[in-house]
Amino acid sequence: MMRRSDPVVDLALAREHGLSDAEYARIVEILGRTPSFPELGIFSVMWSEHCSYKSSKRYLRQLPTRGERVLHGPGENAGAVDIGDGLAAVFKIESHNHPSFIAPKQGAATGVGGILRDVFTMGARPVASLDSLRFGPLEQPLHQYLLAGVVEGIGSYGNAVGVATVGGEAQFHRCYGGNILVNAFNLGIAEIDKIFLARAAGVGNPVIYVGSKTGRDGIHGASLLASAEFDESSEAKLPTVQVGDPFTEKCLIEACLELMASDAVVGIQDMGAAGLTCSSFEMASSSGTGIALDLDAVPQREAGMTPYELLLSESQERMLLVAKAGREDEVAAIFRRWDLEVAVVGRVTDDGRMRIQWHGETVVDIPVDPVARSSPELDRPVRAPADLGERQKLDLASVAPEDDFAGALCALLDSPNLGSKEWIYRQYDQLVQGNTAIRPGGDAALVRVRRPDGTPTRKGLALAVDCNARWCWLDPRAGAIAAVAEAARNVACSGARPLALTNCLNFGSPERPEIMWEFAEATRGIAQAALALDTPVVSGNVSFYNETSGSAIFPTPTVAVVGLLEDWQRHAVAHFPEAGLAVVLLGETREELGGSEWLAQRRGLEAGLPPAVDLAHEKRLHELLAAGVARALIRSAHDVSDGGLAVALAECAIAGPDSTEGRRGVGAAIRLPCTIRPDALLFGESTGRVVATSGDAASLLELAKQLGVRAQRIGETGGARLSIAPLDGEPWLDVELEQLQACWRRAIPRRLGDAG
Amino acid sequence: MFSVIQFPGSLDDRDMRFALDGVLKASAQLVWHKETQLPADTRGVVLPGGFSYGDYLRCGAMAKYSPVMAAVKRFADAGGPVLGVCNGFQVLCEAGLLPGALLRNRNLHFGCAFVHLRVERARAPFTSRAIVGQVLRIPIKNGEGAYYAASDELARIEANGQVVLRYCDANGVVDEASNPNGSLANIAGVSNPRGNVLGLMPHPEHAVEPGIGGTDGRVLLGSLIDAVRGAERAR
Repeated sequence: MMRRSDPVVDLALAREHGLSDAEYARIVEILGRTPSFPELGIFSVMWSEHCSYKSSKRYLRQLPTRGERVLHGPGENAGAVDIGDGLAAVFKIESHNHPSFIAPKQGAATGVGGILRDVFTMGARPVASLDSLRFGPLEQPLHQYLLAGVVEGIGSYGNAVGVATVGGEAQFHRCYGGNILVNAFNLGIAEIDKIFLARAAGVGNPVIYVGSKTGRDGIHGASLLASAEFDESSEAKLPTVQVGDPFTEKCLIEACLELMASDAVVGIQDMGAAGLTCSSFEMASSSGTGIALDLDAVPQREAGMTPYELLLSESQERMLLVAKAGREDEVAAIFRRWDLEVAVVGRVTDDGRMRIQWHGETVVDIPVDPVARSSPELDRPVRAPADLGERQKLDLASVAPEDDFAGALCALLDSPNLGSKEWIYRQYDQLVQGNTAIRPGGDAALVRVRRPDGTPTRKGLALAVDCNARWCWLDPRAGAIAAVAEAARNVACSGARPLALTNCLNFGSPERPEIMWEFAEATRGIAQAALALDTPVVSGNVSFYNETSGSAIFPTPTVAVVGLLEDWQRHAVAHFPEAGLAVVLLGETREELGGSEWLAQRRGLEAGLPPAVDLAHEKRLHELLAAGVARALIRSAHDVSDGGLAVALAECAIAGPDSTEGRRGVGAAIRLPCTIRPDALLFGESTGRVVATSGDAASLLELAKQLGVRAQRIGETGGARLSIAPLDGEPWLDVELEQLQACWRRAIPRRLGDAG
Repeated sequence: MFSVIQFPGSLDDRDMRFALDGVLKASAQLVWHKETQLPADTRGVVLPGGFSYGDYLRCGAMAKYSPVMAAVKRFADAGGPVLGVCNGFQVLCEAGLLPGALLRNRNLHFGCAFVHLRVERARAPFTSRAIVGQVLRIPIKNGEGAYYAASDELARIEANGQVVLRYCDANGVVDEASNPNGSLANIAGVSNPRGNVLGLMPHPEHAVEPGIGGTDGRVLLGSLIDAVRGAERAR
């Protein structure tokens, strides 16, 4: 099995491949011999952190993954949830952090491509994308470049592949200075009885390769790039970043969906991380079969590729499928019509082994199960950070009270974290496929559901993605709970009922006990909140090693929630829709300034405990919002989050999808009872709160009372100013909307020196 | 019957068919780009938006060589109505069916937003349901939407009344501030001299349903449907 030109395989080479001594010993034990060079490559990728989840799986097991509506949970390419009418919402979020830092445009673009393949592999047509982005300070030219590149990459791929990008989030903090985060979410719609899984069943069935040719790009992209932290030499990893081709992906989507409408397919899997290797092992492993592959049949972009390269290439836009024997010509005809590569590269076998031939010799012969299913599991040391107590310490009495409320509001709105994200989402096609009922800029996006044949239904799906990473740094469990609660609340604000969630767990190096402690705490928090809110975790991704030269990002467990509206036309928007409506505050405001934007921006302090989350209250709030919207008692609903009540009210007044068309906004006069420090009332970030408007406040207050949600009428919409005043006294602030808008709209473009 | 041409990389093809067929109740079919003939019952042709062949070369530069384009040209030469939206507009310019070209947007970014359009010509087959000066709200979404024509050509286009739509503000004022992409003379839609071929950067198919983009796109697509139905009755 040893080829003359291959390097000699020994422990030193295994270490270079990122394998531990114990793992190498286990490989030799499994094979009963020294592995061949391609075999070593296969083990190294399959057992990498990225592919094997070896550090995280013992924590992921505690996540609630089942529910009445869950069709497929974690372990498949994407989660699938029953939305009625015989249809499923298929969705997942995934990271492409490291590649995007090294090559922002291609890194982000291939991140979008990868998540789309995860979704259409299941037989779903991808319909809507979200992106959760984190950068360093936008004052730094590096991060201006990274933001511009990532946004261009997401746009260049998503726009050209015909999938609407309907929302997302972007935050800026120095902790991401050496490690940006690019988390891409996609949702597709499938018919429940046409969902496909990664199965290689049926001995003798052909294994068929479709899509692009295989080249030398992205070798070890997943295993080395995503499974080690950065240092000074990171730019040398540029060749491990793949290059995306959305045009081929678009053709691949159409060809695959066309093929899946027939009954010729047994199973299908995209070639993502670790390419041909990972996809074939996963398919065989899930069916308890083996596969015999012939590498000479693999369509190749360049001559002279070695077995090692062919097996580990991460060339994009490729899929592996198992078809029913005898249907090969039918499969080939569809892919040829779309001018895509198609080749029978192997057969399903019954011996549970992966046997790979190249130039007539066997280059790989290993049992499937020990590589795929029985990959190592680690119980890494866990230790709370020594400075945790220090982080959480905050003596509010020593924090100078705000003395310029209008100035503080403008300053917050002018920060990239709270300012308008229009500069970003304007670069995305938000409309293609014709389902976008709520475009980016609100709390949740809302898309109308169509059947795969294009027939519209009455249903709508609301989507939101969130994470307050500062809170997670101060208290990872509380922060993770808050992330689930906020994403669900955002979805509920549209009137939808939260169904399920997907998460992308972005952390530093798992080799440091403090990071593993953060991870353990955060996963516990997600489990607790997902259970309480009845939003099972149906898919997700772990991204470790987000650190450079020992400096890690804040723990950032990004959570995306999908919710269902029975009638998409009956929904609430986030902004004030018109003058003359009552403004009602749902939920309770406590004296909570810990971890707030106000504290960070106006006092330079990132400290304290994050605001408490009352999950039972959140659940009641969901009920109230769904009922209130369904009964048309709620016209608009906006979640109070970063920047607190004053920022939320300002957003209600000036934001909205039409703010780009010269909409002047709808002002409001607000009066608040004040029993806590005024800056906490205006800028504190107590959770579980929503600013709603109603044409029938009395009925809304009555409904809130019935459902056990605290609600108070705090003012009325109208005019071209926002004023916020105590019940008896001079206003804390009284500002023209035009002034607020000027700060808010220019927050990002002015830092980029961009007129657009 | 409308034929909506499907190039590899077409993206708004189904949306256009749905707007014509599902919403406005005219019949429409997708026609694969490798066809050499249009279906015999074709009375109107639409080239939809998207990134034909990935638009890795100049936008529309590859699609003009698709086999179906010769048939589209014959159809246009015979006076049949042909509408190109976004990438379809780019293809029609590349194919020589429309004057001018579409360049990279002024700010160099892809831009997706709802814009206002002032109707400059109200006549069959594309704007018979409109009145001159009417303001429509329809979205654009493109990276290369800046209309350009050499100055003598531009003068001819204007003199012939080939400018059908211009970008404007909500009140119908055509000025620099209401020009989203740097198009010359705020041109958003331009026809051939005969008036039976129209290129639009805005997407009327994304403005046909209340709640999803509004209904102003019906003015344009409805006009086209009226023209096609008139032609069908006349046969």
